Amino acid sequence: MIELENLGKSFGETRALSGVSLTMAEGSFTSLLGPSGCGKSTTLRLIAGLDRPTTGRIRIAGRDVTGLTAAERNIAMVFQSYALYPHMTVRQNINLPLAMRNMTRVERLPVLDRLLPSARRKMADHAARVREVARLLEIDALLERKPAELSGGQKQRVAVGRALVRDPIAFLFDEPLSNLDAKLRIQMRGEIVDLHRRTGRTFVYVTHDQAEAMSMSDRIAVFMAGEIRQVATPRELFERPASREVAAFVGDRPINLIDVAATGAALPPPFDGFAIAGPALPPRVTLGIRPETLDLVPEGPLAGRVGLIEYLGSEAMVTFHLSGAGAEDVTLRAALDAGHGLPAEGDAVSLALDAAAAHLFDADTGRRLDARLVARDGAAAAGSGLRSLP
Amino acid sequence: MSAPRPRLREALTDLWLAGPATVAMLVLIFIPALIVGVLSFTDYLFGASTFHWVGLDNYIELFTDRTGRRAVTNTLLYVAVVMPTSIVLSLVAALGVHAVARWSRGLANVLRTAYFMPVAATLVAMATVWQMLLHPNLGLVNQVLALAGMAGQEWLSDRGLVLYTLAVIGIWETIGYNMILFLAGLAAIPEHLYDAAAVDGAERGWERFWTVTWPLLGPTTLFVLVVTATRSFRVFETVATLTNGGPAFASDTLVFAMYREGFVYFKAGYSGAITMVFFFFVLTLTLIQLRLVEKRVHYR
Repeated sequence: MIELENLGKSFGETRALSGVSLTMAEGSFTSLLGPSGCGKSTTLRLIAGLDRPTTGRIRIAGRDVTGLTAAERNIAMVFQSYALYPHMTVRQNINLPLAMRNMTRVERLPVLDRLLPSARRKMADHAARVREVARLLEIDALLERKPAELSGGQKQRVAVGRALVRDPIAFLFDEPLSNLDAKLRIQMRGEIVDLHRRTGRTFVYVTHDQAEAMSMSDRIAVFMAGEIRQVATPRELFERPASREVAAFVGDRPINLIDVAATGAALPPPFDGFAIAGPALPPRVTLGIRPETLDLVPEGPLAGRVGLIEYLGSEAMVTFHLSGAGAEDVTLRAALDAGHGLPAEGDAVSLALDAAAAHLFDADTGRRLDARLVARDGAAAAGSGLRSLP
Repeated sequence: MSAPRPRLREALTDLWLAGPATVAMLVLIFIPALIVGVLSFTDYLFGASTFHWVGLDNYIELFTDRTGRRAVTNTLLYVAVVMPTSIVLSLVAALGVHAVARWSRGLANVLRTAYFMPVAATLVAMATVWQMLLHPNLGLVNQVLALAGMAGQEWLSDRGLVLYTLAVIGIWETIGYNMILFLAGLAAIPEHLYDAAAVDGAERGWERFWTVTWPLLGPTTLFVLVVTATRSFRVFETVATLTNGGPAFASDTLVFAMYREGFVYFKAGYSGAITMVFFFFVLTLTLIQLRLVEKRVHYR
């Protein structure tokens, strides 16, 4: 278990991190997700012991490690750039943490390591362990190569091997897949999840790619501007984002965010087909509508004209310019199933939206509102067999 | 016939770009070197209208004659002292300045400039300063020694000491340049390797140095080795200005002997033989270094 308690980190005048508290259960897979510069990598470096926090405490397996060095914490880390030692073979790279941890300085000396019985025994143990890990990661054929002779994916595996070899308490990953091509990235995702299952260790995974975080982790901590904005399971994060920023960051397709002035429960055009059900609303509300909750229907509550169509194969992202009073400049992007035929640019169409799946935020603070969007009488209801063209 | 034309034009452009420098190299370096090589087998004197082939006599003289042997052994000793000392000290200085730069850029820049001063300054002018510092009675060095209760030395006129004095000046002169090279090498080491080393357990300064710094400085060290070796083999200015090779040839070196034999005694043949030996030493040393070190530094 890794516990972060009110962590803060400043670099000179710059505050990189403040008030970060997070508990990562034993054996869990937690992603730290956020845009670049949000403090997620800083947090990981604090957990690793590569940096010291300005405030707060870190506990690993119940032990306060705030003042300990990286090696004393017995964690392993995989770096974005792999950080393999270029002058060492794959075997030596994987072996290094074992030698550093188990052998005395005398035993590591170049000639003595072959003379001292204790050193020879340890080296034989280590060699067996390196072989085992290499076999597990299917890099046993590469052991005598130098990193310069490896592909990106192979380097990645060696980096994982170096982390795996000494059975650490926890594995830290710092954007490990971002230097790989798209196809390999998807494959490596599966392998890392598999590794997590096999080792049963606590994994902490830093990424800016929400798809990676969503598909791999049990829990995601969303970082923004040096703070944690939400900690939740991937499903919760997608279905109940705590704020407008989180909603904008999570999800494969960018969410539509539209500010409207709400007078009581009623909404102004073009959303006058809907109302807000909930207590005490702020004067301005942000509607969060995911592209996949929009669909074309005859006589739907939203009228508009088709703009740009981005064809993606199984689906298409279609931009709609809403029409009618109060709808100037309001555009919605919808993900439409391409299999049923698509409208043409310039067509006048009407849309329906799944009101229950819409998110409501306070337009001023960005916080999620404890309220629901509901369709008013006469407006097309959500999810009632809408898959048809006008 | 239209296709080859641009290619011909390109080829002419290439020749025009590379040509002048190549011609200059041939005329000013390779051909004279060849002539020097040929002359080293003759007894040619500058200005003379005839010469005789003497075979290996010049070389035999260089290696058997006391003065000639002196120049060879002095040079080898000088290189043996200057090269390792300068490299170790400049690496230590570079590590220090690199560490200082983490907390004070300003101070690091001052140190860098101070170390680089001897490289930028004219060595002949600097030699005058050294002469004053090392003066037996008035020099600062002996006065400081006297304050400490130690006997002063005849730094530049003691036969057993003079070569080492010159070596110290040679080290002083090369440290700055080497340090700048090492600093560039240190700056090029990716920070994440130190992070990886810290996680892997190499946390103490010494372990970090052996795990990351030293191996990754390999290419820099090789370059510094070659440059320092050739520079110290070429030692001339300090000998010419401070000792003239004396006393009694105690500080005579190959290049100074070359100069003396060629330009003072006009013995072009003998001077040519010294040049060839000098060239052979530098070439051999460079080749050995490349052979030994290259495999370890290119990470393949």
